[in-house]
Parts: sequence; structure tokens; C-alpha cells
Amino acid sequence: MNPLTHEPLNILGIETSCDETSVAVVRDGREILSNLVASQMDLHAKFGGVVPEVASRKHVELLNPVLHEALAEAQVGFDDVDAIAVTHGPGLIGSLLVGVCAAKALGYVHRKPVLPINHLEGHIYANFLVHEDIEFPFVCLIVSGGHTDLILMREHGIYEVLGRTRDDAAGEAFDKVARVLGLGFPGGPAIQKAAEGGNPHAIRFPRADMGATLDFSFAGLKTSVMRFMQGLPTPETRHLRASDVPLSDIAASFQQAVVDVLVRNLMSAAERFRVSTVALAGGVAANRCLRATATAAAHAAGLRLLIPPIALCTDNAAMIAEAGYFHFLRGERGDLDFDTFAVLPLLSPS
Amino acid sequence: MSVKILRGQLTSAEQTHTLGKRLGERLQAGDVVCLYGALGAGKTTLTQGIAAGLGVATWVNSPTFIFVTEHEGRVPLYHVDAYRLPVNDRDAARDIGLEELIGGAGVCVIEWAERVALLLPPERLDVRLEHTAEGRAATVEGFGERWVRLIEELSVSSGEQHTAQGG
Repeated sequence: MNPLTHEPLNILGIETSCDETSVAVVRDGREILSNLVASQMDLHAKFGGVVPEVASRKHVELLNPVLHEALAEAQVGFDDVDAIAVTHGPGLIGSLLVGVCAAKALGYVHRKPVLPINHLEGHIYANFLVHEDIEFPFVCLIVSGGHTDLILMREHGIYEVLGRTRDDAAGEAFDKVARVLGLGFPGGPAIQKAAEGGNPHAIRFPRADMGATLDFSFAGLKTSVMRFMQGLPTPETRHLRASDVPLSDIAASFQQAVVDVLVRNLMSAAERFRVSTVALAGGVAANRCLRATATAAAHAAGLRLLIPPIALCTDNAAMIAEAGYFHFLRGERGDLDFDTFAVLPLLSPS
Repeated sequence: MSVKILRGQLTSAEQTHTLGKRLGERLQAGDVVCLYGALGAGKTTLTQGIAAGLGVATWVNSPTFIFVTEHEGRVPLYHVDAYRLPVNDRDAARDIGLEELIGGAGVCVIEWAERVALLLPPERLDVRLEHTAEGRAATVEGFGERWVRLIEELSVSSGEQHTAQGG
């Protein structure tokens, strides 16, 4: 609710950081009035990768229709919008610029505050869309194609990075290994599907131990899978040959190795920082194996585990609007001078 | 153009890092270093070594998702990853700024360089990393006078076996 007018507070969210064009309207930080996502996945699969130029042109093409549909579905006009929240990083610069320019133009024309939102913050806030009663502090694991970050959230807007990947993001490891295994793109869903019915303990792929840190590394795992597939010796798979192991076992064993490391660090962080709540966020949080393994571990440790529904794990504008809602409540009204950033660490305001 | 080749075995990630570091210590603005090799062959580790040699203090991880990351060092390090770029697509390469990065104000390290093979400058250093039964093998190939000299320095300081070719 708008603290001044006691009217419902509507935030328009815009997200164009990678290959999804998304616009959403969220009311009072609770109710998703609309959350439209137009994916370019098929387009990029055709090119065998994301083409930045194609991605930004596609955003230009899609943004207006998606915006109009989002407003129509929400039955909201610009008069009813209190603020516009837009992702300004991290992501592909050309793609980010499309959303940011649109947000600034709309804010200027309709005289609405424009709030720049960090994409990672948006992922965390997907959890606030579905839970009203989240207790601080909590630890959130953000896992996606571009990120693997372990964040301690002390209160709204206050973050501490506890760990992150030293090489590849978890989603990236899925994509790359999927390519090696001859599975499709994106790798996460492809490996999950291939792993169905497979034995996750068939091959003991390595789990990187990053010592006392809460960092992640997937390079050694990637190397081990690659060597295994090439028939080269590895310390873990010495007696096994790729040709003797079903693809479902290889996929399941790889998936389990990634998930084990993710969940291990999430649980260590919870213990170290004495939190009673842990959360997942980001596209890889849609992975069933991760959801199941994290659920079991949290249950065993007596922790509350928050996982957004799958549609709110992958990139979407509702989570950006949600983060924007809390910025707005803190009194932020933004201006039109902010920039876009390919790399944008999640920092607390100083 | 003169060409020189250096070959060596890398039995650990530390050795890959050290090779990168020794290379990084000798690099200067405008240099282009191309990395080739299968998944997990050590391209990112080598780049982390190069970064250390360039005095980069920030974290160097895979830029696959956003194509290019820039790091401050003795000279800037442009870390390019062509993994997700369409093969030899000039427009896509231009869009990530590859043309300006090559021969720009920093050192340009390109992972999965085979995907932009037609867009690479003739004078450059190619590093190929392969999985072998013992670990990894590195083949460093320099094209042009500067790189031939650099490889000679590298091999003198390491005593690694190398083969020279005129050309």
C-alpha cells in the first residue's frame, strides 16, 4: 500500500538483461497482476548461441507489445503506476539498454520515478513475492547461467556476498557439459531430462573443496567429465569407461556433483552465520535435483527453505518489480541519470 | 612471417597458472593471445595466470555469459570468451566490441578463439591446451617477430623443450 495515499501501490517492472523480454505489474509487493515473459530461446538456439545484436534487436521488437499486454492483463493504466523498476545490470549491455531506455522514456513522459534494480537482487526478491513472513537474516543461493553467488541478506537492501564461483557459473557448467554429452541448449533442462532414471552415484565426479571459503568452482568437475568422455584417466573414474555407462547415469552423476556442492555451501553458510532460513533463486533453482537435495538437507538441519515457483526462478520482471517495491517503500524515487552495467556486484548502499 | 613453437606438459592446474603468469609478465598493450582447447582444458586457469602476471587484483572468472570482461592491471586485460558467439560472425563480434579490443589499449585474451578464427590479427600468440593421459599439453605458437622473441624468452627461462621453425 502507498504509505501516503493508502491506495494500492503498483510497480511496473521491466527486465531485458539477457534473452528474455519481460514486463510485469506487481501490486503492494504481493500480488502479481501480470508477468509476461517473451523468450528468445528458440531464436538463439537456431544460431547456436546468444547473438548480442540479435538479442537487443529482438528486445526492441518485443518490448512494446509485451508492455501493452502486461498493462492490459493487469488492467492498469499509467495513472495507476506508482514507479517503474528496471534491471540495469548485470547482463548484456545492448539488451539492458533497451529496457533501461524504455523505462526512462516512460518515466519521463508519465512523470513516474524510475528505480534501477540489480538483476541479482531481483532474483532474491522472487522469494518475497511468495512469502510474506521471511525472517532476516537469511542466506540465499543465486544460481543461474551467469551467476553462482551465496548472499547473506541482513535486511531489505543489505547484502553481504559470502561466496561466489571462481570460474564458471553453475548454469554455464550445465550448458557446457550438455554440449559435450550431445544434449541440447539450454543445458540445465537438457541434463535434467537426460538424467531421469539415471543413477546419480554411478560415477563419483569431483566436488571442489574450496577450503575455508564458501566459494564455488566447477572447472575441475568440467575437466573430469570431459576427460571421462574422451576416455582419458581421471582420479575419480579410473575403472570406468564412458562407453560402458549409460548416458542417463553420466548426466545424473554430473548433475548430482553440481547440486552437492551448491547445497553443501548453502548449508555451511547457514551454520556459520547462524540463520534459520535459507533460500534458492535464479534459473538453476528450477532444477528438480537441486530442489529435492536442498529440501532434504534443510529438513535435516531444521532450517526453513524458501524456493520460488519455477516461473519466478527464471528471468522475469515480477521479481524486478518486487525489488523495486521495497526500494520505493524505503523512499527511493530515482532519477533518469543512472547507467547500465555488464558487471554489477550486489552491494549494500553505503 | 616468422613462426615459433614451444611445447610442454602441464601436470597440474598450478603449472597451467604458472605458464600464464610468466606469459602475463611479458605482455603489453595491443597484444592478442588466443586460447584453444576443449572444455576443462585449462583456458580460464591460464587466463587467471596471465591476469596475475599483469598484476590484475580482481577476480577473473569465466566471461562466457557476457562475452567480455575487463580487468585493471599494469595494462588492462580484456578477457573475451567466444564460446557463445556464432562462428566467424563479423556482426556479432563487432557487437561485443572485438574489433576495438584487438590492438586496443590493453591485452586481449580470447578463449575459444577458433570461433572467431577469420577475425583474428595475423600477429598473435596462439596457445593450444589439450587433455593428455598425463594431464595437459600446451602448445604455444607465436606469429611475428615480437612473439618469436617472447617465446624464446619463455623457453630460456623454463628450459622446456621447444622446436623452432623458420618461415
